[in-house]
Amino acid sequence: MAAGSPRGTIAATLQLIPFVVFAMMFLLLPTSYLFVGAFQDSTGRFTLATLAKLLKPNVLDAYRLSIAISAASSILGAILGTGVAWAIKDGALPHWVRAGVTTLSGVTSNFAGVPLAFAFLATLGRTGLVTALLSAAGIDLYAQGFTIYNVTGLTLTYLYFQLPLMVLVILPAIDGLKKEWSEASAMLGATPFQHFVGVTVPILAPSVLGATLLLFANAFGAVATAYALTSGSLNLITILLYAQIRGDVLHDPNLGYALAFGMVVITGLCNLGYLWLRSVSERRSA
Amino acid sequence: MSRSLWLRWLWLSLGLGYLLIPLAGVAEFSLRLRRGVYSFDAYQAVLADPQFQATFLYSAVLALAAVALAVLLVVPAAYIVHLRLPAFRPVLEFVTLLPLVVPAIVIVFGYFRLYGSNSWIALTNWEAGTNLLLTCGYATLALPYLYRAVDTGLTAIDVRTLTEAAESLGASPLRILVSVILPNIRAALLSGAFLTVAIVLGDFTFASLLDRPAFGPYMQLLGANRAYEPAALSVIAFVLTWALMALIGVFGQTRTKSR
Repeated sequence: MAAGSPRGTIAATLQLIPFVVFAMMFLLLPTSYLFVGAFQDSTGRFTLATLAKLLKPNVLDAYRLSIAISAASSILGAILGTGVAWAIKDGALPHWVRAGVTTLSGVTSNFAGVPLAFAFLATLGRTGLVTALLSAAGIDLYAQGFTIYNVTGLTLTYLYFQLPLMVLVILPAIDGLKKEWSEASAMLGATPFQHFVGVTVPILAPSVLGATLLLFANAFGAVATAYALTSGSLNLITILLYAQIRGDVLHDPNLGYALAFGMVVITGLCNLGYLWLRSVSERRSA
Repeated sequence: MSRSLWLRWLWLSLGLGYLLIPLAGVAEFSLRLRRGVYSFDAYQAVLADPQFQATFLYSAVLALAAVALAVLLVVPAAYIVHLRLPAFRPVLEFVTLLPLVVPAIVIVFGYFRLYGSNSWIALTNWEAGTNLLLTCGYATLALPYLYRAVDTGLTAIDVRTLTEAAESLGASPLRILVSVILPNIRAALLSGAFLTVAIVLGDFTFASLLDRPAFGPYMQLLGANRAYEPAALSVIAFVLTWALMALIGVFGQTRTKSR
């Protein structure tokens, strides 16, 4: 089988068949089936009425809540994660600190779902450790209206995997900031603040924004944490779709397709934005 | 201490505090089962629970099956594309990226429509069929991590020279793949595999919607019915995640969810 010959190419293409068939059956067809359904009525005729059902108040509310929680947790995660990544940059702190933080980030960014919900219930639930410690110090969280079972609680819980994910995604960009640049700024008489605003921010902005979009998509599709924390009582878009698949609560399968389509549009745009911003930052630092 | 060093410690303690306090919280909570004293009773109760053992075993077996299936699909495809069809590489890259873009709940919804009770291939009407569907679903979730790992591994070695050398010695294509290429990308493969195992063990969405007795739905059910055992389970899950990530570290490149 000579490489490059037409027969070789055909033989090579044939060997891709198992992968292509699998991807078709378990990834591409199931997803596109839903997309087609989002543009059909129950008899299979083309319509935009199904998509228009996304504007129903409870569906719109679910999108709004999902977007709010994803945005809050990704922005907070981006700020804290960038701060931590900057703290462990270029050896100002001992080497073992950096190694420890990146290891912990690798583990905690993968510590999500049901066990994460348990950890936050045990920490900030009614009898949780932090709740108890604060109340011993005279601060009664729950009397002041805080609860782990609502939007705030879920946002704080999501932040637990968003923060370390940000550290891991942004660390290479932070490491790319050169010491010579701040020395050059200082030599030209710029204050550290001027250097930060004039040099660091423009260089880092695309990477930080892109990573934030990635975090947003990451939170937007999450199901298990929310389900375990609130027993499915929050009207999130994933919880709504979960209920729809479970028992067709909306009595309209095509609405389910529309929900799924809307979700993929949002996560797809986030990922496209991330890829575009990453290419921008690569060009800038080149 | 300079101002900047002080600021660094401040950010670091904020971040570390956020990551460590919930761990302390859940560890403390898990010891509270017996009134008045700290004990490991909750751990004993969880570990002795036949449901824990059964669901964990179920998920572990499915994780291994999914890894095996994904490796069988991804390695030959990535190899062929590297060697003979470089033009196809962006396509493969795009397709294997999709499971990170399309939320798991959407993928499984698609399965219901395509393989549900009143479709052509009604896999969900049949227990073994549902297990097969779940395994394929997990293999799909594994694609991004495994492909990325294998692609990096293949880029690091000279696929063409190795293949031509083996061919000139008379090795068959299968032989080349198994005894020349695989050993060279073993580290990359293992890191992708461990990450997949971690994801499968923690999965709730797929298993609960397909109604299979997996570890994720078991954890959720325990959480709805008990107070202290879920905390113990959470600590166990954290230790497991740590162990799997440590294994990835041991086998070379520390690869994480980052892209």
